[in-house]
Amino acid sequence: MEKFDVIVVGAGPAGNGAAYTLAKAGLSVLQLERGESPGTKNVQGAILYADALEKIIPDFRETCPLERHIIEQRMWLMDEDQTCTGMSYRDARFSQEPYNRYTIIRARFDRWFSDQVKKAGALVVCETTVTELLRNGSGKVIGVRTEREKGDIYADCVILADGANALVGSRAGLRPEITADDMALAVKEVLFLPKETVDARFNISGTQGVVIEIAGNVTHGMLGTGFLYTNKDSLAIGIGCMLSDMKKQSLTPYQLLEGLKRHPTIKPLIEGAEMKEYSAHLIPEGGYKALPQLYGDGWMIVGDAAGFVNAVHREGSNLAMTSGRMAAETLIALKAAGKPYSAANLAAYKRTLDDSFVMADLKKYQDVPTLLTEQPHMLGMYPRFLGDAARELLTVDGVSKRAKQQKIMADLKGKRSLLGLLGDAYRFWRAFR
Amino acid sequence: MHIAVCIKQVPDSAQIRVHPVTNTIMRQGVPAIVNPFDLFALEEALRIKDATGATVTVLTMGPPPAEEALRKCLSFGADHAILITDKVFSGADTLATSFVLASALRTLNERQPLDLIFTGKQTIDGDTAQVGPGIAIRLGYQLLTYVSKIRELDPAARRLVVERRAEGGVQVLQSALPAVITMLEGGNEMRFADMPGMFRAARQEVEIWNRDGAGITDLTQVGLKGSPTAVAQVFGPKPKAVKAQRIEGATPAEMAEAFVDKLFADFPQLEGELLAHLDQLAGQDSGLAAPQGESA
Ligand SMILES: Cc1cc2nc3c(=O)[nH]c(=O)nc-3n(C[C@H](O)[C@H](O)[C@H](O)COP(=O)(O)OP(=O)(O)OC[C@H]3O[C@@H](n4cnc5c(N)ncnc54)[C@H](O)[C@@H]3O)c2cc1C
Repeated sequence: MEKFDVIVVGAGPAGNGAAYTLAKAGLSVLQLERGESPGTKNVQGAILYADALEKIIPDFRETCPLERHIIEQRMWLMDEDQTCTGMSYRDARFSQEPYNRYTIIRARFDRWFSDQVKKAGALVVCETTVTELLRNGSGKVIGVRTEREKGDIYADCVILADGANALVGSRAGLRPEITADDMALAVKEVLFLPKETVDARFNISGTQGVVIEIAGNVTHGMLGTGFLYTNKDSLAIGIGCMLSDMKKQSLTPYQLLEGLKRHPTIKPLIEGAEMKEYSAHLIPEGGYKALPQLYGDGWMIVGDAAGFVNAVHREGSNLAMTSGRMAAETLIALKAAGKPYSAANLAAYKRTLDDSFVMADLKKYQDVPTLLTEQPHMLGMYPRFLGDAARELLTVDGVSKRAKQQKIMADLKGKRSLLGLLGDAYRFWRAFR
Repeated sequence: MHIAVCIKQVPDSAQIRVHPVTNTIMRQGVPAIVNPFDLFALEEALRIKDATGATVTVLTMGPPPAEEALRKCLSFGADHAILITDKVFSGADTLATSFVLASALRTLNERQPLDLIFTGKQTIDGDTAQVGPGIAIRLGYQLLTYVSKIRELDPAARRLVVERRAEGGVQVLQSALPAVITMLEGGNEMRFADMPGMFRAARQEVEIWNRDGAGITDLTQVGLKGSPTAVAQVFGPKPKAVKAQRIEGATPAEMAEAFVDKLFADFPQLEGELLAHLDQLAGQDSGLAAPQGESA
């Protein structure tokens, strides 16, 4: 019978963060991953936030496959097919080492991270799906069952890092099943372009990179956002919407993405690119209010499986790595103190999370999902209005500026009452303050 | 008994995906697998191991990532795995590959004498089917290609009987040991590794042999230098812009008639040639070839 201190289910950033930290501290760790190798099934934009990884592997920059460091962020509000109103922030300090954010390619990143996990001493077994949790008479989780023959494996604690679907925990009744209202579906393509072309089109050089976040009506009124990131010699472009909205509309995510790629603002940026890869993945975007119970007797949930995603800032992998690390550190401390992995002792994990940016950020934006679901015009109307207003002001046609401003205000009031506008402003401020 | 199985890591052509909207082929992210034909070879070797307690050693010549493919074989039940890897081996065609493998197998044979060597019928990325025969010739072993089944194996008498698919039928061949067998697809089905197998594969050391380990001194015979073949060009057949036509008719006979009419209309010379050919046949067989209805 195989028995470990800890079994980690899943080899994404959350599972790798946990397994690495545990193995480094000398615990015996088994990590199980259903993909052919770590990363084959995982999708991300992908922006890597250095801080979260640095706290796990301080010298990661020496070996980690990084694409570009980000020096500029653009925020674009776009309609379906004509306008784009944008803002950008470029900062020379973003080009001073150590860099804070990078673009990465997840397949390579996950492979690298997994190699570090193995080097740290964890046993990593791929192509093996965990089907259920094993429990003893008193309900404590004591291991996992895999789909392989003779597939029961035991451990003092199981960390569930199985990603957005969170099937293992749901099936075991540890957490409610995830609903379409709390889930976004995102599609993404990697488009190849020579490095010089990427550099020229985005006004960058060396390993500098640009990130573009896109909101507005490119999602055809559905709640969601798009993105365009620069890799070394490719671009990552994607769009995602709430699953419940997609179900209602007949548009497929691929059609949305094709629409985005045809938009006159995007098209010249990706012109002539060769598509290398496309993928689709779920993102749990229910936020703070949708968080499940995070620990119990002999188990903990980390990363996407717990719903640790900050949809407003498109942060997920950093919350995943951080929660994985914190779960691991909880176990390491308990083991050192000779204490069992009981629910009461594992509550320390939740307390650490509460004191960290993970919970603070999720709490801060807890009203955003509801706001945008209940007030869909926030996404559709305002971007269009902004576009119209900009066009009005920038078209020189002999009409006085004052008359133009009056027309713009009249347009806006025609779309929404003054009280409605005030209400929106208040709700917006509430949700993001 | 000691059995060696030569495998190769190849891109999984079944998982090369086509984009749903633009229909372009997605080359990235295609996982590497053990060449499917090699798995039939390995399973056959493992069945012999199950029956006789033989030792099974898998080996591959390839770049370092090919270790994954070897671990996969360990998970199924192979006892040892050897990765033969060296920069000088890259760019090898089948001649150079069989040279390296044969040298490594000779070294392996000195450690524990070999009775059987298996390879797959061919690889899915090269399709040449030349490496197995190349090994047999170089080692002077019996060669049994396109084997679908092993009927009998008598290690004591150093003899085996196999079924070999040949044009027009199945040959049953008896051979002496040691022999090289290239396995056909479909004769067996690879087992699903159990959990202890997965653990063993994750924990066991894969031996790494460079040119010295494989006992290779003559570097003119390996890698690009040892490879007389070069791929001059790769191209896909051009699709023809011809539309399918529909032939209608109430009965099969009517349809056949309409088809023949159409054929003769489209290819006028065909009718004349066919008639001339029939006349010629009739002349040769002096009436015997005449249709039955007419002779009656
Ligand atoms: C299009 C898109 C863009 C994104 N962009 C960003 C970004 O720019 N920056 C950012 O920080 N985040 C981004 N995210 C979010 C980020 O990808 C996730 O938050 C992060 O991957 C979560 O990590 P994880 O380890 O929890 O889950 P995952 O990365 O999903 O890993 C889970 C792993 O568990 C395995 N697994 C699942 N079930 C089982 C089972 N039963 N048995 C064994 N193994 C199992 C899976 O195969 C997988 O490897 C993006 C997400 C998407 C979809």
